[in-house]
Amino acid sequence: MRDDLQYNESGGLRHLLSIEGLGREQILQILDLAESFAVLPGRQVKKVPLLRGRIVTNLFFENSTRTRTTFELAAKLLSADVINFNVSVSATSKGETLLDTLRNLEAMHSDLFVVRHQHSGAAHFIARHVSPGVSVINAGDGWHAHPTQALLDMFTIRRHKGDFTPLRVAIVGDIQHSRVARSQILALNTLGVTEVRIVGPCTLLPAEARTLGVHLYHDLDAGLEGVDVIIMLRLQRERMDSALLPSAHEYFQLYGLTEARLERAKSDAIVMHPGPINRGVEIASEVADGPRSVILQQVSHGIAVRMAVMSLILGARGGETE
Amino acid sequence: MTGRIFMQHEAILDLIQGMARLARHKLELLGRKKPVLVGIHTGGVWVAHRLQPLLEVEEPLGELDISFYRDDFTRIGMNPQVRPSRIPFEVEGRHIILVDDVIQSGRTVRAAMNEIFDFGRPASILLVTLIERSGRELPIQPDVAGLHPPLADDEHIRLEGPDPLVLRIGRRAGPRETT
Repeated sequence: MRDDLQYNESGGLRHLLSIEGLGREQILQILDLAESFAVLPGRQVKKVPLLRGRIVTNLFFENSTRTRTTFELAAKLLSADVINFNVSVSATSKGETLLDTLRNLEAMHSDLFVVRHQHSGAAHFIARHVSPGVSVINAGDGWHAHPTQALLDMFTIRRHKGDFTPLRVAIVGDIQHSRVARSQILALNTLGVTEVRIVGPCTLLPAEARTLGVHLYHDLDAGLEGVDVIIMLRLQRERMDSALLPSAHEYFQLYGLTEARLERAKSDAIVMHPGPINRGVEIASEVADGPRSVILQQVSHGIAVRMAVMSLILGARGGETE
Repeated sequence: MTGRIFMQHEAILDLIQGMARLARHKLELLGRKKPVLVGIHTGGVWVAHRLQPLLEVEEPLGELDISFYRDDFTRIGMNPQVRPSRIPFEVEGRHIILVDDVIQSGRTVRAAMNEIFDFGRPASILLVTLIERSGRELPIQPDVAGLHPPLADDEHIRLEGPDPLVLRIGRRAGPRETT
């Protein structure tokens, strides 16, 4: 997958498809910009007129409430108009091809597509076929990437920890099927953390793990020893149906994050989760609701980070004439 | 930074003293009590800091970065150096002194006023600028200006700082900025 697709001729961000290809400076620039948007909720008028007159289309081929809602809110806080196009109950089920759907939405003068799709590479495919002047943000494609989730996680980590370089981060759970984990690993390594660990059963850790620049742990207690940040991933039910795991109960016994296990991490470690959480499966309620949990902050930060990405992308188009 | 120095720190501080006197006089005439200061990034904030003790404003300064309110976003895109705007007081019903370093087209001030109103509805806004130069494109004039330097159309003036403050005049390279 080519990721030079992400940039326009003058080096501005045209699409955001993957963390791959983003440098440290570019990630930090997005986080800095997000800080400026993060102060808006404290004001009487919470929106800014930056994208007034622009149209953002949420193109979701896969269900998602949180991600779609935060993208919608981010676009609205930038004063853009938003169309929500839920494809699973729409044209595709009537036999329309992806390209035809796209052409129709372009005919409605959309400036930006926010795409979620069950197949890896779908956002790249759409980015290759959109008209000049139209941009794409990948809101999750198959097992491949979910770059805005990784960026909001980096934003959350930076708010709590400041500097990335001394950090040890453990990502726990189903790494193999997680686009979130892939994007997080890329972002953490680009930002130069000391260590990224992935923790989970053999069946859920990717075969190519060693090339990702991470350390593998099959034992949760060992994997949490001395870490600054714990990222729990949602265990998807369908993994158990496909016989990769015995039962939710057994998974919790081995890989569920409990207060006792949290003791292994540093005393100021934070607990993150991209949501939705499964209480009693990958995380105990007392941890999810506990003082170390920053799970709800992640949701708020998601709005500011998505505002930053949208304004950079839609601003970069103007930058071509500079 | 290229260009010739137009004015040095001490002279600029004298200028700001004069501006403060004039601003106090105007506020008194208008009967505006307990004003608060809002500076526009970056130069306006430096000038507002200097005005603060002279105007006996006790509340902390407001700082505006108007990047999200610019009218040329579609042409020049996002300013990556944008900083959070912070107004650490209730804007509603207050008398605001809005401070910038240079007024030229008037577009920055328009954007700043739009942003202030998103924090609340002030009772009034008084505009104070260190430099007032030609080139207005909007019907916006400062209530108090430190200096009106004669500048050619292709010359631009900028404030460097915060310590020491220096005013420098250079030749414009490339398209005109909107200040």
